[in-house]
Formats: sequence, C-alpha cells, structure tokens
Amino acid sequence: MKLTGAEIIWECLLKEGVDVVFGYPGGAILPTYDAMTKYPKIHHVLVRHEQGATHMADGYARASGRVGVAIATSGPGATNMVTGIATAMMDSSPIVCITGQVGSKAIGTDAFQETDVTGVTQPITKHNYLVTKAGDIARAIREAFYIAKSGRPGPVLVDITKDAQQSTVEFDWEAAAPRLPGYRPNHRAPAAEFARAADLINSAQRPLILAGQGILNARATAQVLELAKFAGIPITTTLLGIGVIPASSPLNLGMMGMHGEAWVNQAIQQADLLIALGMRFDDRVTGNIKTYALNAKKIHVEIDPSEINKNVPVDVALIGDLREVLGELKPSIKKANHAGWWATIKAQRGDAAVRDIQSLPDNGHLYAAHVINDIWRATKDRDTIVVTDVGQHQMWEAQYYRHEKPRSLITSGGLGTMGFALPAAIGAKFACPDKEVWVVAGDGGFQMTSPELATIAQEKIKLNVAIINNRFLGMVRQWQEFFYDKRYAATPLTGPDFVLLAEAFGLKGVRVTSRSEVAKAVQAARKEEGTVVFDFRVEQEDSVFPMVPAGADLDKMIRRPKQDILAETGADAEWQMPSANGGKVASAAPFVSNGGAKHFRSSAKASRR
Amino acid sequence: MAKHTLIAYVEDVPGVLSRIASLFRRRNFNIDSLTVGRTEQPGVSRLTVVVEATEAGARIVEANLYKLVNVLRVDDLTHKPSLMRELGLVKVTVTPQTRSQVLELTEVFRARVVDVDEATLVIEVTGTPEKIGKFELVMRPYGIVEIVRTGSVAMARGHELMSAAPPLVRTEASVAEHHHDSGHSMSV
Repeated sequence: MKLTGAEIIWECLLKEGVDVVFGYPGGAILPTYDAMTKYPKIHHVLVRHEQGATHMADGYARASGRVGVAIATSGPGATNMVTGIATAMMDSSPIVCITGQVGSKAIGTDAFQETDVTGVTQPITKHNYLVTKAGDIARAIREAFYIAKSGRPGPVLVDITKDAQQSTVEFDWEAAAPRLPGYRPNHRAPAAEFARAADLINSAQRPLILAGQGILNARATAQVLELAKFAGIPITTTLLGIGVIPASSPLNLGMMGMHGEAWVNQAIQQADLLIALGMRFDDRVTGNIKTYALNAKKIHVEIDPSEINKNVPVDVALIGDLREVLGELKPSIKKANHAGWWATIKAQRGDAAVRDIQSLPDNGHLYAAHVINDIWRATKDRDTIVVTDVGQHQMWEAQYYRHEKPRSLITSGGLGTMGFALPAAIGAKFACPDKEVWVVAGDGGFQMTSPELATIAQEKIKLNVAIINNRFLGMVRQWQEFFYDKRYAATPLTGPDFVLLAEAFGLKGVRVTSRSEVAKAVQAARKEEGTVVFDFRVEQEDSVFPMVPAGADLDKMIRRPKQDILAETGADAEWQMPSANGGKVASAAPFVSNGGAKHFRSSAKASRR
Repeated sequence: MAKHTLIAYVEDVPGVLSRIASLFRRRNFNIDSLTVGRTEQPGVSRLTVVVEATEAGARIVEANLYKLVNVLRVDDLTHKPSLMRELGLVKVTVTPQTRSQVLELTEVFRARVVDVDEATLVIEVTGTPEKIGKFELVMRPYGIVEIVRTGSVAMARGHELMSAAPPLVRTEASVAEHHHDSGHSMSV
C-alpha cells in the first residue's frame, strides 16, 4: 500500500491502538494535520500551548497505563514541549511526542522555525529519532511506542522532516517491526541474590517496605501486600507510590520524606532493613543522605540498573520486573509478625495519625486541609482521579486525601512542574471518561497553564477544578518563612478573579470562603454537567507540616506549632533552626513557628493586597 | 577513585557519539579519554572510555551506558588482563646540536621519526598513556611545538576474554542474559 509519510504516521498510531492525540498544528507538521482528516477514528485535541499537549499525553498515560501521544510543529512548537517531556522523564511516564521538522535539505541552515529538537531533548527522553525519509517513519514510531512502554517507561520523541511527511512510499507495518539490538528492557537478577535478600528479610527485626511507583508499572500491588502481610512488614510509600498501596490498609503507614508522616520518617531511621520496591531514593525522601537509615541493611528491587547505588548504597540489588522478583522471592520468606517493631511504630505514631479535622472547631478560617478532606469525603465512594499541581496543595492532597486505588493520584513528583495539573487532568479524563476527575492546584501553578480552560470548553469535558487560592506562591513562601526570615520576595501573588475567568471560558466558577460552604459546594459541582472551577480562598500563611528541611536528617522535622488548630499531637522532634552562618544546627532555642492568631492573620500586610 | 577502562560497542548511527558525550556531561562523570572507531563488525563502532571513578561509580557509568538504546554491549577491562595503547605525534624543535640527542631518546622510547625539516622533528610514539606522558616530559627541554594524542584504545588479552563486537541481531532474552554475563549483574 503506497502512502505518504503523513498517512503512515496516522496508520502507525492506529496500529498502536491510539484513539486520542493532543497537539497543535504548524508549518512543518502541516502535511500530517492535512492527512489527519482521513483518520476520524483518532480524536485530536487542540491544546492552547504545546506544553499542555505533553502534560495531557502524560496524564492520559498515567491514568490508563497506555502510551500518550502529543504532536507539535518544529521550532517553538517542539521547544514548548520540553517541560512536559522532562516531567514525563522524571516520573517514568510513557509518552510519544511527534514533531514536525523543516525539510531535510534545510536542516542545519537555521531555516524558519528550525530547532535541533533531537539535540535539545536528548537528555530528557528515553530515546529520540530524527526521521528524514518517509520509509523510516513506521519503524521509528513502532520503536518509539515499544521503548516508551517497556522496561522503565519514559518519553520518546520522533522528529519527522516535512519532506518525509510529504513523500510517498510503500507502507509495510510488518517489515517495520522494532529492531533494537542494544535495548534491554528486561532483566533477571541472579539466583544468588534472591537467597541473600531472603536471608536479610528473614533475619530482620525492624524491616520496612519503601513502596514506589515501580510497583504500579509492574502491576505488583497484590504481591507487595502479600509479602508485607505474610512477613509482618510495614509499608510506607513515596509521593508517586500513593494509591499503589491502599491508604486504608493497616500495613500502610503513609507517605515518607520531606512532608511525610513523622512516625514514618522515624521508622525509616530506626529500621534494620529497608526493602525498596520500585523507588529511587530521591533527595526528597532521604533527607540528609549521610545520615539516612544508617541502622538499616538495604534491598533494592528495581527495573533500572542505573538506579542501584546511585543515591544510597544497597546491600542486595534485585534488578528486574518487580512482580517476577517478588514471585521468585516469596517462597524463601518466613512468616513473621514483628510485633515489637509494630508496637514501637504505633507508640511513635501516637494520635498524630488522626486526621479527623472535621471534628475540629471552626475558627472562621478556611484551611486547604479542610477543602481537600471534604473533596475526599465527597468522592471516596466513586472511582476518582485527583490530579495535583506542585506546591503546598500537592502535599496537603497527599496528606488529606486517602487514595485507595492505583492511578487515582496523578502528580508531577520528580520534576515538580507547576502548571501540570490542569492539562494532565484533561489527558486523564480522555483516558478514563467514566471516572470523576478532580484538579487540585494552587493559584500560582494554575495560572501557568490556565488557557487550557479553553481546551476544556472546546472539548466539552467535565472536570472539577479546585484552586487552593492563598494568593501566595505558598511553598516558596513557606521556605521564606522558615529559612529566609520571612522575607517574602516575589511570592505574594495577584491572580485574576477565577470565577470570572471560568465564566469567560464558558465554564462555571464558584468562590468558597468559609469552611461550612465547602462540602455543599463540592457536591453541587459534581452534579454540574460542565466543568466547575473553584476559587477556594484559603488561609494565606498556612504551612505544610511536618517538614524535613532540605538536607536535614530525615527524623529532624519541623512540626506543626502546638497552638495551631491543625496541631499534631505525636511526639515532637527536636529540630532546630539553622543558624545564620552556613546552615549548621544552632544550639539555641528549638524552633517554634510563630503560631496562633498573629501568625495566621499577618497575611494582609504581607501580600499587599 | 581510580581510572576505569570501559569498552562500549555502539550501533554506528548518527548522533550516537553525541548521546554518549551528553550522558557523561549530564551525569557528571569524569572522562579521561574517549576514542571511537570501526570494528570487525559492519555497523558496529567501538568506544574506549577511560573514566575516573570509584568501583561503584564505574558500575553506574556502565549501567547508564546500557540505558542508551544504541549501546550494544559494555565491557569493563579494568580488572582483566588487557592491552592499552595510545598514539602521540610530538613536534620538537631541534638544532644541529640537539638533533642527535632527540634521536637517541626517540630510539630509547622505540618511537619513530616521521617528519624532518631544518628546525623540527615530528616523532610518532605509541604505548601506554603513561609512556607517552613520559616521552613528552623528556622532550620538553628541547622545545615542544605541538603535541597530538589519540586517547587510549584497549583490548583484552588472550582468546578467552573475547571482546569482539556483538552482532546486530535482536533476540531479547539472549541479550538480557548476555547483559549479565558481561559483568553487569549488580552483585554488591
């Protein structure tokens, strides 16, 4: 069958099972857009910025487990994708980006809208292709899909010159099968390593499982829970591991790391064995690497060999598919309950685990925690996906929304990309049209990609968008409060009237300013046919607790001040403010946040509204 | 930290050298020397990379090289009986008085004179990087005009430690197995 390169692109997408692509047309990709009209089975979503296209493809991939596809033109179209590609790379999300390139004869001449996109994206893609001949398109796209979804998933970019899209060649899908002699997505750990791992697990007194997103990619939730239950091992998750282990599981202690649970971080520091499953010891989960889990032997189960010993030296590495590795390991594991260890953790947990903020008295202020908790209460009995942006609201969501199912939380963890939530949620909705999709974003990040509201309006999709509006770049403000003597440089933030903004796009906008309104408003929005954008006017200078300051020891956390209405009641750790001279721990008085009324009501002045 | 000598076999496709250079920069690895050339296998190029790294660091370099889709195989020759050679061209100023001394030293180093004119000699010296460094040292008093060095190439000794290029055929399972045979299994 003779086809143009452009038609071959669409044929390949059809063969790969693609039903929706997110893109933006332009000169160098025009032949492909022209051919699109012959392929009505693939729905094209016109985005408002190419960054949005990549986040949508990413959200689609994370919600469904399938490969997401984004299309853009050469030059600025392609460079606009960079942030989204890097986001997908850091969080191992399988997307394929197809970009137009100037004609092959013009490459290297600084032609109009020419950029060396394969060069630009080399360090942020799993692999990329520059295709200059129509006959090479099919193989490049097949390989791109295969690479994106196999092994440790990631983004692949295929840059196709305009003349390759235009010329006509024979299309042969079978002949274009991937030929990747150097690509090894699958690994099998040596048998001896399994025995060593089993010995460590069987002899451990205080073992702890660190559960990451790799469990999701290997579809190994059941195996992890089975191992944990059988061997009496508590589980803690990374941010991207949330939902992989049900929040309600008694084995699940909660999230680890910078804003993780205090008792979890304490347990990590006390453990004598860490079993790291599909996680990569990011600095946000380890704190000070020199003092991280010094008492613990470490087993690392991971599909990517380059993660082994990268950040934390481990005692045993089991490289391979998590499900296969755990299946092979299981028969050598002895039953245990580690009652003493569980008792220690429970004692440290105290009643700090109680996040029953509903029963706290209403002091007239609206806290983000209340908003998120109310959204959780409203949606917990439905299949719901929450897509968060990056910052304080992201951490509060992780703390106050209890995720029971894999793929129910989509968030930019590794790259921490503000502006991710709204477009990623659009992608998630296309992947799972029957699920309820919520965006939880800050007023800062939301403004970065808010033009995608037009995409929502054009596509007539139903999202619920909760803007946690504190009129600050909240997380940066929090760091300024804690570590920069409250000098709020460039963090007070003026936003538009989000209600009017939503209405300008033909969507519904709702402002909520008091706690008593939240639950009702959330329920009302869920019944609306179209997208509802919430402007939740929350407390301006609330902070995320607990917090491990960057580079501090993991169990030296800043705790929520006692006077605080959302006070934690677990044993307070004795973290101390760094002194002015170079981040050394001062011997002076322990850190006490300026809690209470003064602290929370100083906002008007600071934000200069 | 010590010098590690890695051999990487790569598909001979556009951009592959850039991918490797980019990887080393991106991961902050210290390249001492990097050379690339053809092999006995059509379509396969062979790189010799000398990196400054700890033992664990060298394993991470190796694992990262393997992540590049165009990299076929990586061998670490550091702890194997192997040969390492480099070629240098050294242009030295000579006078009628010093020429014979320079020629004598050239002889001692088993180097060869490849160009002569009234004021200079170009000497080709091969050997280990240390030997070439030493040669440079003894030539310096006479006046070195310019030096060019190729960087190291390395090969395993004997018939058991074959470091021949892998064929370009794809069999997923066998490739994965090979991966571990080649010293990449992460025993730690």
